[in-house]
Amino acid sequence: MSKMPNPRIEKPLNPRPTAVVVGASSGIGAALARLLGQKGYRLALLSRRKDRLDQLCAEINQAAGERIAYAYPHDVTEFDQVPPLFQRILHDFQTIDLFIYNSGVMFSLGPAEYDFQKDLETYKVNLLGGVAWLNQAAALFHSQSRGQIVGIGSIAGDRGRIGNPPYHAAKAGFSTYLESLRNRLAPDGVHVLTVKPGYVQTDLLPAEHPPLPVATPEKTAEAIYRAIRRRKQVLYTPGWWRLIMLIVIHAPSFIFRRMKF
Amino acid sequence: MAAKSTLPLQRLVRLENFGHSIDRPAYLYRPTHASQINDLFTLAEKTGSQIALRGAGRSYGDAALAGGGIVLDFQRMNRILDWNPETGIITVEPGVTIEQLWRYIIEDGWWSPVMPGTMFPTIGGCLGANIHGKNNWRQGTLGEHVISFTALLPNGEEKVCTPTRNKDLFYGIISGMGLLGVFTSITLQMKKIYSGDLEVDAWAEPNLERMLRATDEHKEEDYIVGWVDTTVGGRALGRGQMHSARYLHEGEDPQPVRTMRPMHQDLPDTIMGLVPKSMVWRFLKLGINNPGAWAGNTAKYLMNQTIGNHKRYRQSLVAFTFLLDYVPNWEYSYGRQGLIQYQSFLPFETAHDTYQEILQRSQKRGLPSYLGVMKRHRPDQFLFSHAVDGFSLALDFKVRRREHFVQLMDDLNQIVLAGNGRFYFAKDSTLTPDVVQQYLGDGTVRKFKRLKASADPAHILQSDLYRRCFGGL
Repeated sequence: MSKMPNPRIEKPLNPRPTAVVVGASSGIGAALARLLGQKGYRLALLSRRKDRLDQLCAEINQAAGERIAYAYPHDVTEFDQVPPLFQRILHDFQTIDLFIYNSGVMFSLGPAEYDFQKDLETYKVNLLGGVAWLNQAAALFHSQSRGQIVGIGSIAGDRGRIGNPPYHAAKAGFSTYLESLRNRLAPDGVHVLTVKPGYVQTDLLPAEHPPLPVATPEKTAEAIYRAIRRRKQVLYTPGWWRLIMLIVIHAPSFIFRRMKF
Repeated sequence: MAAKSTLPLQRLVRLENFGHSIDRPAYLYRPTHASQINDLFTLAEKTGSQIALRGAGRSYGDAALAGGGIVLDFQRMNRILDWNPETGIITVEPGVTIEQLWRYIIEDGWWSPVMPGTMFPTIGGCLGANIHGKNNWRQGTLGEHVISFTALLPNGEEKVCTPTRNKDLFYGIISGMGLLGVFTSITLQMKKIYSGDLEVDAWAEPNLERMLRATDEHKEEDYIVGWVDTTVGGRALGRGQMHSARYLHEGEDPQPVRTMRPMHQDLPDTIMGLVPKSMVWRFLKLGINNPGAWAGNTAKYLMNQTIGNHKRYRQSLVAFTFLLDYVPNWEYSYGRQGLIQYQSFLPFETAHDTYQEILQRSQKRGLPSYLGVMKRHRPDQFLFSHAVDGFSLALDFKVRRREHFVQLMDDLNQIVLAGNGRFYFAKDSTLTPDVVQQYLGDGTVRKFKRLKASADPAHILQSDLYRRCFGGL
């Protein structure tokens, strides 16, 4: 077995909280990791891209002045790697307080493109990987009657628009899955937050989008952190998206299907 | 690189320390028979996991926790394998509790020569920590009354250990906090008694110096223990009440058969015949704060000093020995953040000044201890020995203002080290690798590493205490 990182809890009477961020190497995930590092969390950071992950860990550790971030290279579509890796992270950190699933991909699709292989990848990363990881987290948090789960959904999950059927469907599925988790785990005192960011300056920002303001990952991470602290259930960020989505959700189909985005 | 198989999520449970101040998730297994233990070692190896051993979960710190690892709970390996009422030699599985033990042997006229302050721990756990009683000076630790034991080592070997055979393992596994091997059977020598009662003497002492002197002067009594008022400062700092007790000789008790019945021993289940004891911790909780603890300690001292002073009386062995069991679930009265116990062992010469500084420092920080217990000790030859030729002071602290609390504990550790003091893993939740290295000394740590490398080369036995205290070694 390879040499494991071994973050010790040196002060069990005043432990630092532990967060796991899946999909941490860029965008909202990286911004969240940096912010949580500043807020005193110990971090297990997961992502496919090892070099970027190592770089992020180094940056966070340097800012903290000590080693608080640990890299776990991982591809979320390798579902059978999830249980052993979860067990290993739990062992390394001895406890987990906050679990964030942020992994997401979005392929650009042509208007008449129906490519199942591409779609499958979208479902795997945006939905099934989330289910694989959060099932583990849910089982842990249920057993310890404590913990917070954060799933990064999207406003795209609120309505099936014309651009990217698998992305909308995967995000919708993930939102509903998170709602179920919330209802299952609420009696145990476990908190589940669904985040629905609007347009954020990340790799997933579509090349063409309606002329609405684009948020930075940092601002988005701050909003998510506040929602974690306040134990909010569903977060639209920036907040005005809630109003827009209220209209979008209620737009009748005879209008909605004529829209160009 | 990933482990071949994974532990089942359904095994995950939340385990706490006795004081409810630390909790960790672990994969819990409850072996019922020694033959299952080897399979569990294999399971740990196959899943890239580690094992902590747990008895009744009565350790104050993280000794019986393994965050994210496997915890083996031995409470179902609780059979008494052999008992000889002629010789007082008993053989037990490690999950047999102290309560099971005394109930089993007392009517034959026997008692354990060393008893902890509570009857709920398991004997395996007691020997892992090598516990002592209120007679450490006279009788040493429980380990000194072990004739032999059988242990399974993670390397697959089964070893029979006595003080002369496999000597290093005998003195290592006893006191070794479950880090070197697993007891499968333990043979102990009990002590003959001629009554179920003790003759007790209680008296007050006005300050720390007098408490220490009394504890020393009465060290040859069968039992000697001091209660310390930890909330008062100034000239009365460290005042308290002493209890000494002696076994009754043959013939002193006119009705030994009656006093040695469990019925006579059992603690009453109500207070003043009225209030059910199961409720008492809820009332106690109202007083577990600085003013409440001051009022409680002061009232107790004034009572001890006046109507309770130099009172001689007969008391049952159970009532005298298991003081901690008077209020069931008393540890819940410390509230949601729980408590820890801070017990330090100081040599004769430095004890007074060190304890004075500890009490003053904690009072000044606004985090006084709410209960103190003083005992007299003598050295022993076990690996992780806590004992010194001197004293110990065990202090109960309510956990709160965690950042300040941890800072205070770090300071206290340094004060104890400066006085050449030692610590006790059964109680500990504050030590760091550098402090451990310093108090155990290089020789002991080297010896432990050598024993560990041969008994447990894959480092399967790892409790959270081990990772905290030895992680850097």
